[in-house]
Amino acid sequence: MGPRMTMFVRIIRAGMLNFVRNAWLAMAAMAIMVITLTIILFSVIANATFNNTVQQIEDKINISVYLKDTVTEKQKDTFLAGIKKLENVEKVTYLSKEQALKVYMEQNKGNEQLLSAINETDNPLPATVQIKPRSLSKINEIRSFVLKADNLALQSDSMSDSGNRREAIDNITTATHILGRVGVIAVALFAIISVLIIFNTIRMTIFNRRDELQIMRLLGASTSFIRGPFIVETIIYGVLSAIISILIINGVFVTASASLQATSFGLLDISYSQEFFGKYYWQLLASQLTLGILIGAVSSLIATRRYLKFKTAKH
Amino acid sequence: MILLDRVTKQYGKHLDPALDRVSLHIEPKEFVVVVGQSGAGKSTLLKLLTREERPTSGKIIVGGIDYDKLPDRNIPLLRRKIGTVFQDFKLLPNKTVFENVAFALEIVGVSTKEIKNTVPRVLEIVNLKDKANRMPRELSGGERQRVAIARAIVRQPKILIADEPTGNLDPKHAWDVIAVLEKINRYGTTVLLTTHNQDIVAKLKRRVITIQNGKIASDRANTQSVDRQPTRRVA
Repeated sequence: MGPRMTMFVRIIRAGMLNFVRNAWLAMAAMAIMVITLTIILFSVIANATFNNTVQQIEDKINISVYLKDTVTEKQKDTFLAGIKKLENVEKVTYLSKEQALKVYMEQNKGNEQLLSAINETDNPLPATVQIKPRSLSKINEIRSFVLKADNLALQSDSMSDSGNRREAIDNITTATHILGRVGVIAVALFAIISVLIIFNTIRMTIFNRRDELQIMRLLGASTSFIRGPFIVETIIYGVLSAIISILIINGVFVTASASLQATSFGLLDISYSQEFFGKYYWQLLASQLTLGILIGAVSSLIATRRYLKFKTAKH
Repeated sequence: MILLDRVTKQYGKHLDPALDRVSLHIEPKEFVVVVGQSGAGKSTLLKLLTREERPTSGKIIVGGIDYDKLPDRNIPLLRRKIGTVFQDFKLLPNKTVFENVAFALEIVGVSTKEIKNTVPRVLEIVNLKDKANRMPRELSGGERQRVAIARAIVRQPKILIADEPTGNLDPKHAWDVIAVLEKINRYGTTVLLTTHNQDIVAKLKRRVITIQNGKIASDRANTQSVDRQPTRRVA
């Protein structure tokens, strides 16, 4: 073993030994790391679940424009082309009178009376243009295009998002917008608070053992040889805390998903939380580990610095 | 080996200096006893030598190293050349007796095999071989002091600085410690010892430097010293 390797092995060994010998201090520090990492993980999953719910609501909203029977092929094409040019349009589906009827009959399969009544009349359904907006917040762009006088002249009925539903859409749009931002801010805030709490915990742990650092200094140990074991030790904290926090969240989903679903008043799709957690399990574990290791290592690096300084003052 | 030239140390601008223009020369392989009341400046003198403190003015050269020209990153290298027994032992609380002594060797990169060879021998010298696996908190004050001495001598330093190494010991153990110090001095280490114990000073028959109010009050070679007569230096 080369001398560098010898030192490296000694640092790792000392770090692990310190971890075992300071078990109580380690447990206290890790308890705090576990709690904060769990909160971050929880808020990430909650945010994803919430976004998913919002997405589900948004997916259900589209605008239907009903065309008069007298509209010519050319007028229809011009209208469709105009809509497709709009920035906020994700998808445009055109249903001819026949297709609209087919869809309608499909939807009312069981209702024999209704179906026979429709069969007796001429096709009463108008040709329909379904517009799926990219973003709910910019739905007005589509609305104003549809409501332009020459476009309005083509329509048999007023488009289907008007009236009460329009207000509902506006409300949902505003609400999801605000809540979406709140979610991101909450996650960021939790993360920042957690980092500070963990940093402070590590700092206290090292403060408790500053004598050791100073003694090693006086004996002539190099900075890396003094610091190394402390960093190794806090990395162990980080790794264990990350694993424990993942296990806690895992446990919550296994044992309490039913009661979670109940407490969210059916507003949130908890099964999606589970799905999200399962799908990104390894990524979440990896990011928890990175976070734990990084905060631990950087905190101990910063916290040890002041006890390793040499006196420079002459007074 | 150790040279101080008009060294002054003032801890605060408005305080009396802890050391006031102290000049001192200690030859290689000398055994020097520093005496003086608490607060006289003994500890300050030792802290300046280990570069724990910096002098307000004056020059310090130890083992050919001029402290003014010593960059911070080389301070550890300096300290590795000096064995130090601290008044408050400064043992590492989370390490066993063996590990505490081994630590002094680990930091200089001595091989594990050599550590396993050397440490038990040194523990035998200070009579602690059977307590190698104890933690410092399980030891008596005297035992801790001996661990501190073992740690200071294990590297066979060229200079050994011992701050009250007999302070916590009963007379029998105190003399054991002094015997250890004399032994390593015979092997060629320069020893600088501070003590309160007049009995030790009298019986040691070595050069004695008395510090009073931050100044050297007297510096005399003990005339009864037989095996080696240290040169008397006038400050």
